[in-house]
Amino acid sequence: MSAPTAALTPATHLPDTAAHRKGIGTPVLGMLLFITSEVMFFAGLFAAYFSIRGAAPEWPPVQFEEVLKIFPLVGPATVLLIISSFTGQLGLRSLRRGDRTGFIRFYAITMALGLTFLVMQGIDYAILYSEGMTLDAGTFGTTYYTLTGFHGAHVIGGVIMLGVVLYRGLAGQFSERHYDAPEAALLYWDFVDIVWIVLFTILYVLP
Amino acid sequence: MATTALRPAVPARSALYEWVTTTDHKKIGILYVINSFIFFGIGGLLALGVRAELAFPGLQFVEDSAYNQLFTVHASAMLFLFIIPMLAGFGNYAVPLMIGAPDMAFPRINALSFWMLPLAGIVMMSGFLVQGGAAAAGWTSYPPLAEATYSGQGTDLWIVAVVLIGTSSILGAVNFLVTIFKLRAPGMTLLRMPIFAWTILVTSVLVLFATPVLASGLIMLFIDRNYGGNFFDPATGGIAVLYQNVFWFYSHPAVYIMVLPAMGIISEILPVFSRKPLFGYKAFIFATAAIGALGFSVWAHHMFTTGSVFLPFFSLMTFLIAVPTGVKMFNWIGTMWRGHLTFPTPMIYALGFLTMFLIGGINGAFSASVPVDFALHDTYFVVAHLHYVLFGGSVFAVFAGLFFWFPKMTGRMLDETLGKIQFVIMFIGFNLTFFPMHQLGLAGMPRRIADYSSTAGWNDLNLVATVGSMLIGVAMVPFLVNVLISLRSGKLAGDNPWDANTLEWATTSPPPPYNFDHLPDIRSERPVFDTRHPEAAAH
Repeated sequence: MSAPTAALTPATHLPDTAAHRKGIGTPVLGMLLFITSEVMFFAGLFAAYFSIRGAAPEWPPVQFEEVLKIFPLVGPATVLLIISSFTGQLGLRSLRRGDRTGFIRFYAITMALGLTFLVMQGIDYAILYSEGMTLDAGTFGTTYYTLTGFHGAHVIGGVIMLGVVLYRGLAGQFSERHYDAPEAALLYWDFVDIVWIVLFTILYVLP
Repeated sequence: MATTALRPAVPARSALYEWVTTTDHKKIGILYVINSFIFFGIGGLLALGVRAELAFPGLQFVEDSAYNQLFTVHASAMLFLFIIPMLAGFGNYAVPLMIGAPDMAFPRINALSFWMLPLAGIVMMSGFLVQGGAAAAGWTSYPPLAEATYSGQGTDLWIVAVVLIGTSSILGAVNFLVTIFKLRAPGMTLLRMPIFAWTILVTSVLVLFATPVLASGLIMLFIDRNYGGNFFDPATGGIAVLYQNVFWFYSHPAVYIMVLPAMGIISEILPVFSRKPLFGYKAFIFATAAIGALGFSVWAHHMFTTGSVFLPFFSLMTFLIAVPTGVKMFNWIGTMWRGHLTFPTPMIYALGFLTMFLIGGINGAFSASVPVDFALHDTYFVVAHLHYVLFGGSVFAVFAGLFFWFPKMTGRMLDETLGKIQFVIMFIGFNLTFFPMHQLGLAGMPRRIADYSSTAGWNDLNLVATVGSMLIGVAMVPFLVNVLISLRSGKLAGDNPWDANTLEWATTSPPPPYNFDHLPDIRSERPVFDTRHPEAAAH
């Protein structure tokens, strides 16, 4: 077939990060769309929570009213998680300015804060279990552990993403012109943070 | 004369290694198609088991519990392991070519999406090996039936498999959307994209918003079953209908996931064999988007008889969906109107789609009416409806797509005679199987039963349906023979055997790994037509 053609080698329309800045970066768009699906996942869990809570005669159940007051670590853990979003942004700003040391330092701090959050959540779980609030202790326990547990799983996912970015950063990747992956990982981290704020409001403030 | 041997940059690998490790969207698309077809075969054999048992009253071949496994895994395999991945496979193969991209946006994630599917299939089928057998609570797996009290480990394996497939779908949807938004060739604006790419776009949005909700519901079921959770057990404060709401919030949009790309395939084929542009290109796009949007507001029409949903709203929204669907029907008829029609096999399958999907649409509208649905709910009338849309619709479109794109995928044509023989057997078998189910449903035969009274008046129609199902099975023989012969010695296709007008026909058959040496100028939604007829290219 003879075709009058606009000569076009495949390489020119492969996404090139530097040349691509006029629009949203490909990995960043992919991450935003993935986060959309994650929002819908949590929407399903929240819908279940509110349906069950709305149908319950009393919430929280009498036997757990005292238990609910004793989360020793959830407050500090929440503060740490919120701080971690800011340290992450500082890391990304450092990278955009070309300060790779600052980028690595702040991303490491962010990751460490995430890990600390997980440890604190584990301690809270242990205390709750010792008080008799277990996964199979009625709908209250079931919804509490499902919601916080899946959030925790997403924190683990976020920590792994930050870890991969950090590893690649230590290996010399990323610069002020190439920061799509750190930006995408951070978007996910912010999403995890926001879900926690919603969860915290619903589970600890609302009752 | 001195010659220098050029050494390839990458050492040659075996063909198997190449296929297992490939990140080329065309190879992955073909893998999707092959894998889906294998599960189509497994699901089909399970269906033949169902029909064999129902041919006569009384239990002849299987026990009740085994029968429940047959229809549950049949439906799950057909929906989750065949139709959805098959259409995603066509999307994988065709969309980057159609929009002039060298590959998908995330080729390695694309490979991951595919390889989760055979794994999920193995997990689901391994249910037959565990104690208590495979999942048996229907493809909907409602609690309390699907709770641990009544269903064995097969149901856990089923949940794991479906969540895996869901993850694969979500990653695939992200990949399609980013590919379409970021990798279109210069000149390929959104409103010049082929309709098939548009249907994949809308389908991907549906997957992105609906599939995670299914995952959440299944995970809640899993927690109930294995960790003593109480989501769906009313005795401990849970809500059984909650599962149905969550499930159908996914599964109604999912039926559009299963049919919109099929409509896209038909919309590529009809213009080619009518020698006309698609009638109402933009109307078609808006109708597709409207179906996708309305699809999120109709889920509870599967739950009319639960008594816990607002009937007038969901009934009205369901009727409304008929409007954009009707628009598409007129688009297709308008496309063929006064065209120079030819009838090679893809066109014949497309016409099969149009007629059968029309019946499926009309008999579906009956059940949108609440009083009628109260009578028809969970009868064979519903089984007739869903098979007219999913088999008469999607499966006919799948074969239309296979015959249409096989030359592009392999460089060789499928045999026309064998294709038409297959169509005739399948078309007759399909209608023999599923048309009598309308009457069975109206006569009150419930779905999901292994046995029925010999005096209920259902004997003859059931036997007819079973004979029809055997014919569908027979129809696969000419197809498999066709594929094997054509791969070896089919007529060479050339770049554009159908004189089609979308970009995938502007490259070689099969295309090179990077798809295009040169792209034609893209100034309309039919770039190849513009190239052949520069005098007529108006835009």
